[in-house]
Amino acid sequence: MIKKVRPHINQNEALLFERSSPGKRGYQLPPLDVPPVDPASVLGAENTRAEITDFPEVSEVEAIRHFTRLSTQNYAIDLGLYPLGSCTMKYNPRVNEQVARIEGLAWAHPYQPESLSQGILEVMAALEQVLAEITGMDAVTLQPAAGAHGEFTGILLVRALLESQGHPRKKLLIPDSAHGTNPATATMAGYAVQNIKSNALGMVDVDELARAVDQDVAALMLTNPNTLGVFEEHITRIAGILHAKGAQLYMDGANMNALVGIARPGDFGADVMHLNLHKTFSTPHGGGGPGSGPVAVKKHLIPFLPKPRLTRASDGWTWNYDAPQSIGRVRAFYGNIGMHIRALAYVMAHGGDGLRNATLDAVLNANYLRVLLQPYYDLPHQEPTLHECVFSDARQAQRGVRTGDIAKRLIDYGFHPYTVSFPLIVPGAMMIEPTETESKDELELFVDALISIAKEIEETPDLVLTAPHDTRTSRVDEVTAARKPILRWKSPR
Amino acid sequence: MLSALGVESLEGLFAHLPAEVRLNRPLNIPPGKSEYEIVDYFRARGDECAHGFASFLGAGVYQHYRPVLVDTVVSRSEFLTSYTPYQAEISQGTLTTIFEFQSMICQLTGMEVANASMYDGSTAVPEAAMMAMRVTGRDRILTARTVHPEYREVLATYARHQGMPVAGIDYVRETGVLDLNQLEQNIDTQTAAVIVQSPNFFGVIENVRRAAEIAHRHGALLIVVFAEAVSLGLIEPPRDADIVAGELQSFAISPSYGGPFAGIIATKEKFMRQMPGRIVGETKDTRGNRAFCLTLAAREQHIRREKATSNICTNQALVALMATVFMTVYGKQGLRELASQNLSKAHYLAAKLPLRFTGPFFNEFVATAKSPEAINRSLQEKKIIGGLPLGRFYPELNDAMLLCATEMSRRQDMDKVAQAVSQ
Repeated sequence: MIKKVRPHINQNEALLFERSSPGKRGYQLPPLDVPPVDPASVLGAENTRAEITDFPEVSEVEAIRHFTRLSTQNYAIDLGLYPLGSCTMKYNPRVNEQVARIEGLAWAHPYQPESLSQGILEVMAALEQVLAEITGMDAVTLQPAAGAHGEFTGILLVRALLESQGHPRKKLLIPDSAHGTNPATATMAGYAVQNIKSNALGMVDVDELARAVDQDVAALMLTNPNTLGVFEEHITRIAGILHAKGAQLYMDGANMNALVGIARPGDFGADVMHLNLHKTFSTPHGGGGPGSGPVAVKKHLIPFLPKPRLTRASDGWTWNYDAPQSIGRVRAFYGNIGMHIRALAYVMAHGGDGLRNATLDAVLNANYLRVLLQPYYDLPHQEPTLHECVFSDARQAQRGVRTGDIAKRLIDYGFHPYTVSFPLIVPGAMMIEPTETESKDELELFVDALISIAKEIEETPDLVLTAPHDTRTSRVDEVTAARKPILRWKSPR
Repeated sequence: MLSALGVESLEGLFAHLPAEVRLNRPLNIPPGKSEYEIVDYFRARGDECAHGFASFLGAGVYQHYRPVLVDTVVSRSEFLTSYTPYQAEISQGTLTTIFEFQSMICQLTGMEVANASMYDGSTAVPEAAMMAMRVTGRDRILTARTVHPEYREVLATYARHQGMPVAGIDYVRETGVLDLNQLEQNIDTQTAAVIVQSPNFFGVIENVRRAAEIAHRHGALLIVVFAEAVSLGLIEPPRDADIVAGELQSFAISPSYGGPFAGIIATKEKFMRQMPGRIVGETKDTRGNRAFCLTLAAREQHIRREKATSNICTNQALVALMATVFMTVYGKQGLRELASQNLSKAHYLAAKLPLRFTGPFFNEFVATAKSPEAINRSLQEKKIIGGLPLGRFYPELNDAMLLCATEMSRRQDMDKVAQAVSQ
């Protein structure tokens, strides 16, 4: 039985271009208080454009109905569990949205005088400080715009350090369980990638690692807990192996929601790491962004941090550009400040104890799901897990039903699916991360749904193979979309 | 729940962590605060920043009015709190708006395809440069010195490790535009791309057509950057470009001390498989209804790993939605009218000041001013933030400031600025 949802009327909505009629408008500008100038005479006729063709012409009411109707075609964390593994879809507190819109903060120009920007600089300094405390690192830069951008920044720091010692080295070691951003980052930073196989427990094979680390290895990029949700129990040995050969330990902090208040990467050997404020620190994902990817480092990497650096002077906070060893800028201005404000508000609301409690609850929720689902789905790795767990479709595949099908059927039960087919080391992976946000009731609804689907697969597999059935949009043909790309609206005229 | 797990306490869930990695003390972060205290704290921080000031700063971040509809739409939970739309069947809201966004960006820029957004304009530039390297198989980049200085700094950071030499092309001192003769002398058979910005950092409109002609004659691509998107309401789009890399902050995105903003990359159809970032395409569902989904994923990091076109994963989707709503509210007429107001205001102010360059400009321009810092200090007393002193980026312009006027600039404030600069 599907308990969470039942079908409801949902309005059709054409594209803006199809809704437009010539002359309609949804704006009103104030009258000009200066003489109008003729564009062609000051710009030159060759620089002045004709009207923009096929651009929207709708009224204000049509505009708001358009976007509101479209919004009802989305699932969202505010509608329920969103258990995408490694994505940490937790509640986004609304007070964060409100404080980020406070006029003095939201309307600050990056080039306005520092004397008129002290409040923002104070917020950034406070966030740097709490992130350093949470990670056990010595300094933090807030400049990177997202997690992958943080990875890029962090690896450039490693490169700059090694260059200062004479040689940047040639390659990065990356476990086969890693996010795709890790190897893509390596390439952008000018490094070759050497994959490290996971052992039967889903952890880094320490012996293989020891054999792989040589004078050509710049760093190991490690996610801990890894994408199976397993804490790398030999992490201090791993760090030791790297450091003995002059290599660095880069930690991908995507899964930091499992560790806040419990363990600190800086204490277990990480030299540099990034955080995802849009994961662990509750800033909204917004349908794909914005994010923010602060990078935290140990002392030896501080000289290389992006410039400018936020510094305390006698009369307040100031931007310091005097950093001769800096890797330079990775982004214009100072970072995604609006996200910094929201993340600090999250930290303030929780406090040190509250942050730790959030971690405990996140790990409790994931383990509760794991225990309740284990009789019905294959759990390829039996080690204890933290904030997420990874099942496989091995049992259901015998009936011809794969992880992607189960995911689509979950939609009919009113849930957003888990992460499908990742990590790559688990064939048919079903990667589930509930976060601390969920109540026991919501978790049990989700478990009931997955148990019910397991039963359907035994009895009526076609029902699952053709899901979703109750959504306004049925299964989407992604193959044709890629084969014959239509990437913009074109007027039929 | 604990009994189901067979543990006695929540701590038991971490029993397998090695003792030496455990934090054995509370985090040194003050206890949790109430909503009221949090709002109060940030209000106090806001009060420590400029507010109630008129500002004439532009330089890549512009003060434009934000229609109320923008925040109304992006505050919808379904847009605000959804993830990247991997599951198309329950993400049509986000996917449709991105498709509309891509379509509008194409109409605006004169390009044929656009991606779903980049982090910002500054990071879109190196991504465009790397794209040009892939397309041409060449590695050298020529950048106009009139491209935003911080964008060029970001490009330098990326280029250093790509084996991508970057050289600057100077500007003509009289007009403030790229020196096309110097471009002609420096371009060679290893040049992958020429990068120009228009309107450029000085606010002056570049001759994109001539730059394209030179680039193409030598087998290089032309990348055109824009930082002031409102200019596209009135100014001929860079149709001769091969790649357009831009910043949409002007489209209802708060200045927010520099971010979050939204960048874009748009290009010709023939280069679409070399584009970085998410792209949404049109398709059908099994019932034959129109539907949208993420597509061309074979370019991306989660499929191609180290061979991906970029490492970008999270982009700026919600900010791109702000821009989409902005473009919808203003629409065809409004964007033109808005751009015309900007043009008129800037020319009103400029007419009262000694201009440094003769090139045509949109809503910002460089004025000669003996002591820019002193002028700004005197304006600050009148609750006005003046222009950007240019000496920090261009030593030869240490007696000049970059001033911007938008539809939000009031005549009486412009008169005060004119008076202060002329004194």
